[in-house]
Amino acid sequence: MIGIEHYLTVGAILFVLGVLGIFLNRKNVIVILMAVELILLAVNINLVAFSAFMQDLVGQVFAMLVLTVAAAEAAIGLAILVIYFRTHGSIAVDDINRMKG
Amino acid sequence: MDFAHSFALVLPELLLSFTGLVLLLAAAWGGDKAARQVAIAAAAGLFVAGFLLVPGLHFGTDGPATLAFGGLLKIDSFALFAKALIYLSAIAALMVAPAFFNSAAAGVERGMRAEYPVLILFAAVGMSIMVSANDFMSLYLGLELNSLSAYVLAAILRRDTRSGEAGLKYFVLGALASGILLYGMSLLYGFTGGTGFTAVRAGLTGEMGLGALFGVIFVLSGLAFKVSAVPFHMWTPDVYEGAPTPVTAFFATAPKVAAVALTARVVFEVFGAQVPAWQQIVMFTALASIIFGALGAIGQENLKRLLAYSSINNIGFILLGLAVANADGASAMLVYLFIYVAMSIGSFTALLMLRDDDGALFETFADIRGLSVTRPAIAWALLVFMFSLAGIPPLLGFYGKFVVFQATVEAGLVAFGAIAIAASVIGAFYYIKFVKVMFFDAPSGVVTGKSGAAHWSLLGLTALIISPLGYLLTPSLTDLADKAAASLFLAV
Repeated sequence: MIGIEHYLTVGAILFVLGVLGIFLNRKNVIVILMAVELILLAVNINLVAFSAFMQDLVGQVFAMLVLTVAAAEAAIGLAILVIYFRTHGSIAVDDINRMKG
Repeated sequence: MDFAHSFALVLPELLLSFTGLVLLLAAAWGGDKAARQVAIAAAAGLFVAGFLLVPGLHFGTDGPATLAFGGLLKIDSFALFAKALIYLSAIAALMVAPAFFNSAAAGVERGMRAEYPVLILFAAVGMSIMVSANDFMSLYLGLELNSLSAYVLAAILRRDTRSGEAGLKYFVLGALASGILLYGMSLLYGFTGGTGFTAVRAGLTGEMGLGALFGVIFVLSGLAFKVSAVPFHMWTPDVYEGAPTPVTAFFATAPKVAAVALTARVVFEVFGAQVPAWQQIVMFTALASIIFGALGAIGQENLKRLLAYSSINNIGFILLGLAVANADGASAMLVYLFIYVAMSIGSFTALLMLRDDDGALFETFADIRGLSVTRPAIAWALLVFMFSLAGIPPLLGFYGKFVVFQATVEAGLVAFGAIAIAASVIGAFYYIKFVKVMFFDAPSGVVTGKSGAAHWSLLGLTALIISPLGYLLTPSLTDLADKAAASLFLAV
């Protein structure tokens, strides 16, 4: 029987993978965008699992809102990435260091 | 649920959203030629929205009558106070923008874009929703509306390398912060059984379980990111330096007000039953921000970067007022917030006036050498702001620090107050360096450009508020802050 704890474990693993993906990745900014999506999906798994467990619909409404905002966020992230690529000619994470200190 | 009552309560947000949508159409039809008219209309909309807050601010509103849309929003005195500050900062960000974007300061892409005022308006709507949120769902939506507009604003100079980099950094770290905050909210929802602030608060009484504790910590970390408190401050200097200066002036004021107000509401209304749990976290971030803000600024040559560290330092003092965890502390925090906004608008306006004949901006210490000889008015105004940021009496910045320390000491947290005072002495070093470079070094004479009436009036007004004459404001300011703080504690 798959219980709430299994869903929460999957959610936690996805969340940690997303955070690590942002900090450990040294190659490509696109991977960071995917890691951000992974974090938001981990949250959605949590919300829906809790919602089903407690027989309370609010969590699923919240998950829908998160999905909507995640779409907007991805669109804006990609737009900023395009602007960045036009001026710098590269999207390697190690190259984003014009300002330091 | 009475919809007419709810709509009447959110009238300022409705007005701003409607203005924003109409101006978006105007911007699409008129193109960048209409930018100036769009900016004026946006400022007028913000002014009217701010005017609508006046009765509620004056008489004070709290209690069940302030709940809108079934408890999703709560428009009490506290929300009104924060909204008034947000709208004023947004108007200031609109006033300083045209002269910047229409000059050589904007680089290859001269000319203000009509999207700029529209984005400021949408960010202001998002922040209004943030500060009046009474449910994690409305909190998240407001926060994201504000953040998404802010990411675009940071990258608005599309051909400028630093602006694009600032936008990208702000986006990645801001998205991470939202994710952390959201994960905390999902845990709190699961372990308390609701997303409304009252429901979560009811679920957090007594001994806190591990899951709920994780939720509290994640939510506080996400909020610390948004207020740029140590240890989540690393994005601030880069974003402040890279973003166009009017946008930086906006970032330093309105979103900070909104994030601080939101943090205050969350810790008091949601975690109000678990004061010891959050108090030590907030106290730690407050003191760490004060110390790191003071130390980090010391080696900086770029003035915008320096002001970024200065804002981290100031956020530390604001959070110190919050960490006191009583109505006096919250009121001191709001008073400090008002003074901080005035000082930030003033110092960034002064930075925007450091231009050459073509309008290109100067932003390092080497450029302002001997400014008191070449441009005495700007130099004296900067002197007022820097001494006020350092907390030197009789300027108003001293009063802000004084009320925060007073609240800290009265609550018996003398040791923490002493650490904060010691760190602010270190911080005084670079504020005084500012004055030394302007008044005692040989003039570099590069700052020759003239500034328009919008800049001069903002500079004069903020300098007047910060000057000793500003103490005339303190009785009414304290009265408003007390009312706002009291409405925050009604739920406790």
